[in-house]
Amino acid sequence: MRLEGEADWSALVLRVRDNADEQAFSQIFAHFGPRVRAFLRKSGATDAQAEECTQDVMSTLWQKAHLYDPGRASVSTWIFTIARNRRIDALRKSRRPEPEDLPWGPEDEPDQADVFEMQQESRRLVDALAELPENQRVLIERAYFGELSHSQIAAETGLPLGTIKSRIRLALDRLRRKMS
Amino acid sequence: MTIRHHLSDQLLMAYSAGELPEAFGLIVATHLSMCDDCRARAASFDAVGGALVEASSASSGPMDDMLARILSLPQTRAVPQAPRRRTVLPAPLTDYVGGDLDAVRWRSVGMGVKQAILSTDKAATARLLYIPGGQSVPDHGHRGMELTLVLQGAFRDETDRFGPGDVEIASEDVEHTPVAENGEACICLAATDAPLRFRSLIPRLAQPFLRI
Repeated sequence: MRLEGEADWSALVLRVRDNADEQAFSQIFAHFGPRVRAFLRKSGATDAQAEECTQDVMSTLWQKAHLYDPGRASVSTWIFTIARNRRIDALRKSRRPEPEDLPWGPEDEPDQADVFEMQQESRRLVDALAELPENQRVLIERAYFGELSHSQIAAETGLPLGTIKSRIRLALDRLRRKMS
Repeated sequence: MTIRHHLSDQLLMAYSAGELPEAFGLIVATHLSMCDDCRARAASFDAVGGALVEASSASSGPMDDMLARILSLPQTRAVPQAPRRRTVLPAPLTDYVGGDLDAVRWRSVGMGVKQAILSTDKAATARLLYIPGGQSVPDHGHRGMELTLVLQGAFRDETDRFGPGDVEIASEDVEHTPVAENGEACICLAATDAPLRFRSLIPRLAQPFLRI
């Protein structure tokens, strides 16, 4: 169970975006900076590489907060995708083809209820991950830390991905309707 | 477009983890551009990655200098994106082709079949295939995994029918002879694992097709 008063990361990112709020960014940085660095180290980066990549990732957060869409991903998920892409660029010297972008229009602030639900689902996922049997959790970690080949990655994750998928699907449907 | 053959959880998870060879990643990204259902599944695997970052125990070591450096950087403004020109090829592919379908530099491989190899990292090979209606693709004895995504037209093989947006995931042991349906030419994006390094000429001669 989460403590009351846990930081509302989405709201903080929006303060960075709208007001260049240094205090909000410092709070995000204090939480996620060390976690991103630890994540990269576990993914096989040297200390120096992890340091450099973490700075790139957190700089992106500061400089391009307008790219964050709270209706489609939690802040931790957004940070993960930036870190992953930096890791592929810098460590693997490769690139990851991205799907066609579906940008929100400038006036389309996502619905508050959607943002809230997305955060709830993300928390549920963190809890579910923590509650997995040790061997399953280790397998998932190894997949994301690059210790398994693509053919070794297990399909059965045992995580409640159905609900988060439906939420994202809803957001995409709404977006498609707006674009058509 | 009714897509019946989707990406597997293994592929989506590996794509999310950033572990797929670029050529396979290109197939995944192109399919995601055509299939909202898989796009949502892919995003849920990204959420797993986010949960792993969240659950990472914070590493020790000071980061104050880094924070100060970042705060001194200028912020960038959102740039309104120009609406994308509608193209026949999905967006991820136009980047690799350097344009739309008419920009593909096809090379004939016989019997009306054409291919264009796309430039990706060496871990796997991606190519576009053009198969005239009614024509079969000669057996090409792929090694490792082969992914085939239909962009236009349709083909059938021993396992099923594959239409626009469908992905066939074939492992090494799948012996198949895809045949393009009559009518419109079938255009596919295919990716295969890198070839083994051959020591003798004999297996090389057994791989006459598609130089994969």
